[in-house]
Amino acid sequence: MEMTQEQLKTLKALAASTRKLIVETVHYANAGHMGGPMSVTDLLVALYFEVMNIRPDQPDWEERDRFVLSKGHSAIALYTVMALRGYLPVEELKTFDKIDSRLQAHPDMGALPGLDMSTGSLGQGISAAVGMALGAKLTGKSFTTFCVLGDGEAQEGQVWEAADVAVRYALDNLVVFLDYNKLQQYGWEAPNQSREVPIQSPETKWSAFGWNVVTIDGHRFEEIVEACDRAKSHKGRPTIIIANTVKGKGVSFMENAYLWHSKVPTRQELEQAITEITAGGDR
Amino acid sequence: MPELMMEQKSMRDMLGDVILELAKTDPKVYVLDGDLANSTKINTVAENLPHKFLQMGIAEQNMIGVAAGLATIGLQPWVSTFAAFLTKRCLDQVSVVVAQPKLDVKLLGAYAGVLNGCAGKTHQAVEDIAIMRSLPNMVVLAPADTYEVGQMIEFANEYKGPVYIRLTRDPVAPVFTDGYRFRLGEAAKVKEGKDITIISTGSQTGRSLQAARDLEAEGISAAVLHMPSIKPLDVEAIVRAARETGAIVTAEDHSVLGGLGGAVAEVLVEHCPVPMLRVGVQDKNIQSGSNSALLDKYELSAAHVADRVKQCLLKKRIGG
Repeated sequence: MEMTQEQLKTLKALAASTRKLIVETVHYANAGHMGGPMSVTDLLVALYFEVMNIRPDQPDWEERDRFVLSKGHSAIALYTVMALRGYLPVEELKTFDKIDSRLQAHPDMGALPGLDMSTGSLGQGISAAVGMALGAKLTGKSFTTFCVLGDGEAQEGQVWEAADVAVRYALDNLVVFLDYNKLQQYGWEAPNQSREVPIQSPETKWSAFGWNVVTIDGHRFEEIVEACDRAKSHKGRPTIIIANTVKGKGVSFMENAYLWHSKVPTRQELEQAITEITAGGDR
Repeated sequence: MPELMMEQKSMRDMLGDVILELAKTDPKVYVLDGDLANSTKINTVAENLPHKFLQMGIAEQNMIGVAAGLATIGLQPWVSTFAAFLTKRCLDQVSVVVAQPKLDVKLLGAYAGVLNGCAGKTHQAVEDIAIMRSLPNMVVLAPADTYEVGQMIEFANEYKGPVYIRLTRDPVAPVFTDGYRFRLGEAAKVKEGKDITIISTGSQTGRSLQAARDLEAEGISAAVLHMPSIKPLDVEAIVRAARETGAIVTAEDHSVLGGLGGAVAEVLVEHCPVPMLRVGVQDKNIQSGSNSALLDKYELSAAHVADRVKQCLLKKRIGG
């Protein structure tokens, strides 16, 4: 599906709005994660505004495409995109991570309608996504299940248990994104760079498990949307889209800085971040 | 002293038949297996209804997640594997994607307790009740005999939410007849008595009943209260038993820490403190061995239950 310049502009503006709201929310909540939500923003905007067949006013619609944020610590990015898409008031983002809020620190499907799975303990979301895709096959439903997996999270053994079963059941209705921002919370020191990549050669690994592998720039909407189209038309196997992303994307001092994994921006840092995101909004 | 004299049947034989019937009649029912179907006897579904049988391989953590995903689209997955793997290896998975969101996933923990066919410590689960009852939204059940297995499965199929059913491998004598109906949160008085009450669960109820009958010959009148539903617990029945008989012995094929004994002790301390003793694994590592050797080593036999009853009666008489 070819996107018009107008669509592209809209998506970029939405991504900029999302990033600004993420930084603001984390600043005011004085809690949450920064790096991962900023790297996954464009993937979520593309999915919720362009790719997925969903009805925000009917969050439990049975035929909807499913979405699982396996890297549940990026919850603030998901809540923000869902708010902009109409699942909840943007105002409600102010309750993030507060007691009795529907916007728990990690996604709680019992709290907020529209969340298809509770996540946060890493490596588990992808298994649930496999279950949804398998369930669709068993019941003859035509929806697609999307899942975003963190690259650090791919260290969990359960991820590879899920990878194996998805191929055995030929789940070509399952599309997993690897948010390949190449940093985890702390990780290993590397000799020639700040930190080692959390998972090396993901293409080789997922190919060896029998997946259809597509590699893209995870910040280019044309590539994200096209990769989803290709994944949906690929038959007989699940698809993983290795999305090359930048942790902390959009804010110079957060980009590729592992210490920004879950750091809260100060007032001054917030202002600078907003300025930079606004300036780079239509890049 | 002879153990049970009546015809003994294994819960797993019953399980295979009941689950097969359920899978035949209920379109939402699917069975997930962690490569143990021929041990747990759930292979009846694989052999007779292959499209209702989902092999998940030796990958239990993923199996729980897949079950959660299936449940979100209106299906009712029945996850079957050994209790040790289901509750200990997959605790985080069961907690996060099944219990917390209260999804309609049924967990069948086979080979619970110490009597599991000479497999030993890695395959025995004497912590499963303690683990599962600490999870919000989780229903925890332990049937006494094959008849009750069928009743519980029927209940779990109707109930919307997570249910853990603890199944033991050892052959058990019938405790219940056709008229019995299992009800969630309700204890079942299986023998009347006035001196003391044995509160038991799972297959330990059969041995407790035997102990109570043996004690009659010695002039001791022990009631037996079977507790099939450990969560929710029948608090009222426990308090009534304490008030009526003034002493309690709990009995379970499980650790005395955090299981039925722990649950009953919590109730008594808060509502009606009376002398109490617990039959169960006394915080020990468990070895492999024959059922009779294990019953003896871990003091679970009818004779051991009877001894505990006498010790507890002594506490009652001296007011301790």
